[in-house]
Amino acid sequence: MAKEIEYAGRVHPKKFSLWLLLLGILMLFSGLTSAYIVRKGDGNWFDFELPSIFLYSTIVILLSSLTMLYAFRSAKNDEINGVKIGLGLTIILGIGFIVTQYWGWVVMAGDGLHFVNPKQGDRVSASFLIAIAAIHLAHILAGIIYLIIMLVRTYKSKVHKKDTLQISMCNTYWHFIGLLWVYLYMFLYFAPDF
Amino acid sequence: MSTAVAHAHTDDHHHHEESFLSKYVFSMDHKMISKQFLITGIIMGLIGMGMSIAFRLQLAYPDTSFPILEWLFGSKWAPDGKLDAGYYMALVTMHGTIMVFYVLTAGLSGTFANLLLPLQIGARDMASPFMNMLSYWFFLLSSIVLLSSLFVETGPASGGWTIYPPLSALPKAMPGSGMGMTLWLSAIILFIASSLLGGINYISTVLNMRTKGMSMTRLPLTVWALFLTAVLGLLSFPVLLGGGLLLLFDRGFGTSFYLSDIYLGSAGALEHTGGSPVLFQHLFWFLGHPEVYIIIMPALGITSEVIAINSRKPIFGYTAMVISLLGIAFLSFIVWGHHMFITGMNPLLGAVFLVTTLIIAVPSAVKTFNYLATLWRGNIRFTNAMMFAIGLVSFFISGGLTGIFLGNATLDIQLHDTYFVVGHFHIVMGCAAIFGMLAGIYHWFPKMFGRLMNKPLGYIHFWLTFISAYLVFFPMHFIGLAGVPRRYYAFTLLPEYGVWADVNVLMTMAAILGGLAQIVFIYNFFSSIFIGKKASQNPWEANTLEWTTPVERIHGNWPGEIPTVYRWAYDYSNPAYEEDFKMQNIPDEDHEIELFETETKLTPSAEDEPVNETVNFFTLIKNWFIPRTV
Repeated sequence: MAKEIEYAGRVHPKKFSLWLLLLGILMLFSGLTSAYIVRKGDGNWFDFELPSIFLYSTIVILLSSLTMLYAFRSAKNDEINGVKIGLGLTIILGIGFIVTQYWGWVVMAGDGLHFVNPKQGDRVSASFLIAIAAIHLAHILAGIIYLIIMLVRTYKSKVHKKDTLQISMCNTYWHFIGLLWVYLYMFLYFAPDF
Repeated sequence: MSTAVAHAHTDDHHHHEESFLSKYVFSMDHKMISKQFLITGIIMGLIGMGMSIAFRLQLAYPDTSFPILEWLFGSKWAPDGKLDAGYYMALVTMHGTIMVFYVLTAGLSGTFANLLLPLQIGARDMASPFMNMLSYWFFLLSSIVLLSSLFVETGPASGGWTIYPPLSALPKAMPGSGMGMTLWLSAIILFIASSLLGGINYISTVLNMRTKGMSMTRLPLTVWALFLTAVLGLLSFPVLLGGGLLLLFDRGFGTSFYLSDIYLGSAGALEHTGGSPVLFQHLFWFLGHPEVYIIIMPALGITSEVIAINSRKPIFGYTAMVISLLGIAFLSFIVWGHHMFITGMNPLLGAVFLVTTLIIAVPSAVKTFNYLATLWRGNIRFTNAMMFAIGLVSFFISGGLTGIFLGNATLDIQLHDTYFVVGHFHIVMGCAAIFGMLAGIYHWFPKMFGRLMNKPLGYIHFWLTFISAYLVFFPMHFIGLAGVPRRYYAFTLLPEYGVWADVNVLMTMAAILGGLAQIVFIYNFFSSIFIGKKASQNPWEANTLEWTTPVERIHGNWPGEIPTVYRWAYDYSNPAYEEDFKMQNIPDEDHEIELFETETKLTPSAEDEPVNETVNFFTLIKNWFIPRTV
């Protein structure tokens, strides 16, 4: 009894470590977006409008947060089928995000905005966009691998009401990288104006 | 990563039979990992020091032939026993990288955070022993990758440890920009992974795994220092990672983040335009400056502990010490521009960085005065560790004062890239941090190996190192003021610097003396592991929890329950008690009755506690600061 009072306000060390990892990822992207601002401030910078496809990828990633939330809620209520459907949909939407991102880069390339732009110094704005998006995409890929591991664990009946730590960590990570993209999208959308 | 952690972290704190491999090599015990970090750090330190002696020989005797150099580096890099000019730069680069990252970051933090955090806060192990093991293996792999660059045909990275573009961004720029630079970057990325795995673990351990009664306000200062060091690493290393990734894109794919209008002798005008090399400096120094404090803060923490114990006095101004550590940690993030005063920075911005830089002198001075006030009228025991801790205070003062010179933009513009800077940072972060590390090694050697180090040899080591360090680095300030630039291979063609030739000889002699002194240390360290005098449980009569564990160093640290903490760590010479120290786990007499009546079987560890998933963030913070009393 005393024990429960004692630790009521404590969080699992693994989950806490995840929060710290997310803080580190946040610093990575603060560094990259700051570099963007510093380089833009130097001038010789080509401003362009973000292709609208990136808006669709933002919607896709936000939807995937909802399906992830559905999976997590289902796990808490011991509805294993719900977990499977939720995780599966999240994985599909995650892959959809990757596709829309790649599509966005193809659209940009059509406008002459490549990752490598020889002799076109002002197009480094496009290099920045793609570098930031690609490094974010690497985190999405890690998230999809995490989701697949969770799905396998669900099929092995290792995710249920009494063991929600892993899925709750997966849930936190996925929402974080989703919201991180929303931040990056808004940053890249509004950056030409400031 | 997090899932992998979950699989492995199932039954760590249980005793079981261990093979040689699981005990010494793939160990998840924090004490063994700390020894692995320490010994790897010592080996890297010897390599780094050996390199410095090699290039000091070159500086003192640019025209003399040393067959030993040819034997060491081969006829390609030291033809006729004289260092090749490019290889001189490579040695300087590798010396800096090894000392800053591999010895004073991983060797110092890695060793003492692993050893002391669980022991001093009262935990059976780290929050995640598996991540801890990974942290060491990434570090070892990173060390091997870095050292392997010594054996590639074009030689190791040679653009300085700060790897400024364009030398680092153009593989064709010079021999050292090729394969050596690629290996350097790979090594650093592995190092960042190691540092993040370790740092996350340290923070999580300190905040979540403290024993009952161990509030944040009762933590020994070593724990505070190591904790804040980990926070600095967690917040600054990812920024370097970002900068390094952009650098890799420039090197590998031909983007132009850092490269602008380059003409290369062999290749003509390159296609890069529009990049900004100064941008890399911003990203690098956003890590680079906190990195300086990542190096010095653990050393300061160790010194606080060693000085208080051996003065038999409570540390003077515990709260001020903690606040000054917090102040240093915070300020370290907003001063990076002082490394870049000559990049054509807006003078207003320069003035901002100047002010923040000079403000760091305040918490640093608070710490120095508190050390002196702790020593003042103390019942001082001049143990080996104490000598090194006092040595740190000396270096911290003399190196810190020249920091005030360099923090001024107007002066820095003159002194930038001269030996004044080299002298300054070697004293304030090189020597001071090494002395802190050595103080820690002498002090916690009994905890690591159950034996004491040889005391007379320790004194010889101290005095030789102390004297030689000042003889090497103090004259550098004078030649720096005279304008002698750093990173020059020889001054024979610059007659105006010829007057300093004798000083260079003196510094080289002192460096060799310092190197010889380390042989004494190495002998003492490794022989004491096997033949040192057996240590008692609490040889220094210290208060902290690590000295309540048995000398045998068992897995899980305490054979029975984890002790409960009733007081702060610095109850020395308290007139209320008969003995001159009172360990943290000893209750006051009136407390004992209370304790008898209440449930005390409360040992926090990762697996046996109910987990509240929806914990409010603010309750969490509140709980860190309120002592968990019964």
